[in-house]
Amino acid sequence: MSEQTKEFETEKEEVATPEGVETTRTGRTYVPQVDIYENADGIWIWADLPGVDEKSLDITLEKSVLTLDAQAPLLWPEGYNLIHAEYETGNYHRAFKLSETVDQDKIEATIKNGVLKLHIPFATGPQKRQIQVQSA
Amino acid sequence: MLRRTTNGHSVWQEMERMRRELDRMSDGFSLRRAPNFPALNVWTNIEGALVTAEVPGVEPDAIDISIVDRTLILRGSRQVDDLGENVKMHRQERGYGEFQRTLSLPFHIETEQIKATFKNGVLTIILPRAEEEKPKKIAVQTA
Repeated sequence: MSEQTKEFETEKEEVATPEGVETTRTGRTYVPQVDIYENADGIWIWADLPGVDEKSLDITLEKSVLTLDAQAPLLWPEGYNLIHAEYETGNYHRAFKLSETVDQDKIEATIKNGVLKLHIPFATGPQKRQIQVQSA
Repeated sequence: MLRRTTNGHSVWQEMERMRRELDRMSDGFSLRRAPNFPALNVWTNIEGALVTAEVPGVEPDAIDISIVDRTLILRGSRQVDDLGENVKMHRQERGYGEFQRTLSLPFHIETEQIKATFKNGVLTIILPRAEEEKPKKIAVQTA
């Protein structure tokens, strides 16, 4: 584990929705913060999804677009009064377009302590072929 | 004691009401911006206080909770996974390193009875109020 620091961000960003379009659920939908790295083994994505476990998380892949959808439960203790609020809970949504160099069938996802880790390996099989164009 | 609900309609109304009140009091400034990580939500009742914080990716044993007088001090750290050599960064949005928050509570706490639970990156701290500070019933006697 490397000893580094980067400033934490506590303000949540809401997903931009087209004008006039709402979600069917009440509550807001946020864009989870992600780290995306690449090494020889492929692409690695970490997403902060506090309150989310594997049951409340949907990951779908369609036409090279990887979409994350999650619901964080609303924790509202009974018999208490809220006296100070700095954050809200809600849903999470984010989508990524994957390049053709990745192997879409071998994506691995694990979630622990509210952090999703995705590993998207590079394709090792036959690659896209470049077709030479010659002038006639 | 904690009730989870996916139909949050009625509780969101209370949140919205709080927002409107805060807006009115402070010139359109809605939820208080957390001065530091992590953001905290604080509830109280006669028995004590309950504090929640979102600390994803932090190991429970890397969290330090202490009380000094009426102040709650929350400390911890989180590190990023080591990917080895030749790593290219595409995006880096998550914070990491050490963090510390202090929170003034409206009463003293029975320190021995503080309970903290951690689930899916959410920390919940239950802080029972000091016995001597709990409101006492005063019997009204007929003269």
